[in-house]
Amino acid sequence: MTRGSLRATRAGGRAVRSNAIALASTVVVFGLLAWVVVHAPGWPAVRDSFLDPVVFARALPGIAGAFLVNIQLFVSAEILVLGFGLVLAIMRGLPGPLFLPLRVLSTAYTDVFRALPGVLVIYVVGFGIPGLGLVDPRTDQRLYGILALTLIYSAYVSEVYRAGIDSVHPSQEAAARSLGLGRFQTLRHVIVPQAVRRVIPPLLNDFIGLQKDTVLVSFIGVVEIFRTAQIKQAASFSFTPYLAVALVFIVVTIPLARFTDWLLARDRRATMGGGLR
Amino acid sequence: MAARPRSTGDDGRRPALSAPASALEIVGLHKRFGKAEVLRGIELSVAEHEVVCLIGASGSGKSTLLRCINLIEPIDAGRIVIEGEEITAAGVDVDRIRRRIGIVFQAFNLFPHMSVLDNVTLAPRRVLHTPRRTAEGEALELLDRFGLADRASEVPDRLSGGQQQRVAIVRALAMHPDLLLLDEVTSALDPELVAEVLSVIRELAAGGMTMLIATHEMGFAREIADRVCFLDAGVIAEEGPPERLFSDPQEARTRQFLQRIIAAGRL
Repeated sequence: MTRGSLRATRAGGRAVRSNAIALASTVVVFGLLAWVVVHAPGWPAVRDSFLDPVVFARALPGIAGAFLVNIQLFVSAEILVLGFGLVLAIMRGLPGPLFLPLRVLSTAYTDVFRALPGVLVIYVVGFGIPGLGLVDPRTDQRLYGILALTLIYSAYVSEVYRAGIDSVHPSQEAAARSLGLGRFQTLRHVIVPQAVRRVIPPLLNDFIGLQKDTVLVSFIGVVEIFRTAQIKQAASFSFTPYLAVALVFIVVTIPLARFTDWLLARDRRATMGGGLR
Repeated sequence: MAARPRSTGDDGRRPALSAPASALEIVGLHKRFGKAEVLRGIELSVAEHEVVCLIGASGSGKSTLLRCINLIEPIDAGRIVIEGEEITAAGVDVDRIRRRIGIVFQAFNLFPHMSVLDNVTLAPRRVLHTPRRTAEGEALELLDRFGLADRASEVPDRLSGGQQQRVAIVRALAMHPDLLLLDEVTSALDPELVAEVLSVIRELAAGGMTMLIATHEMGFAREIADRVCFLDAGVIAEEGPPERLFSDPQEARTRQFLQRIIAAGRL
């Protein structure tokens, strides 16, 4: 046996050993936690009201169907947020005295909408705008929900974009402008594409927040996943439908996070030639 | 690179040295950063097809001067005239001026998210509105001329420093500039990669490109320059043909600078 293969065997042995330790400690910790919960004095009552398999099986199809409304809400809002957030970020980055009003406007906007609780914005938009009597009173409440979510999350996302834009080295702008590209051409072809790649993880983080906040739109009368669960809870006297809601959100969110990681890894492979991998 | 219209004579010879057309004329240029006055009255003129090298210690203002000419840095006083047009006048369209002046930076500044080909064609397509096919054809021709054709579809980070700098030069050439500014283009390169970049510049000089070159490569300046300008403390302290300036400098500070360079083994 050569020295190299001996070393490889030893390394393999170490890997097996550390995997075994990881497995054992995981089983012990989670086993203990489960034992504590199951032996809590209120466990039977909690089990009956949250973990009723019959109620779960009956509620899940309806709840999954209602989630389509949430998907409509967050997909529409996310597309709008990507655009509006970028506009806000670019407005805030415009140089010179001429653009001061736009900078002030953008700064004030992000300050105000990040300060306001989301539910308040949803209420004001969902009940206030129809109350003005300017739009068709039969307008779908979902549209107000999308508008409110867009207003809220554009403030967060514009800050994410701004961080990305600031992280692109000024020499990139100098190189683009020196070739004769205008300010907006430089943003569009050189700065923003690099900025967006860098901010995909925090951007996704905000989108996960947005997806969860779609349940707040139930407060202005949209029957989506959470409202559906409430109805089913009232009908079954069991909280189990909420557990189904929780599962749906987990199932949707985790693959999204993995997808982003994959995107990032692919991008690194494409642009990092000889660097560390 | 397209042949530029010659200003005097139509027989293809270089214009007569007695009456050269001025590609670049700088008068009384001042530039300050906060309290530090970096350029203190630069007077410089570069004729068409002339190659002028700027030498001088770090911090003498070479890079700042090039950045001012390309309007990357706003100037505080003075005038810069490119082929008869004052580019520092109020209301001049800076994007239109920058199209005519190419600049290559010490750190290459290629766009890392684009292929080499896209780096070269971006400005011709977006600024000159050259159709994609035409722009790519021209770019590939240029890349081929400088031995980079097989790298066209790579991203810049996969190239060596010398290759990246040659791409940066090609990117500037793709805009057919009237004047090319080179800012310490070999300073960020490993020694063995310097030669390939210098040979590109040599070829451009032979092709009649008007160039203003800030450099620490004294041997190269001596070989390629029609004229060498020594910058010190924000003014051009001495200028002249390279043979004279390097072997018989008139100013004490030029002599001092060259002695330091010789002591460092750079000449």
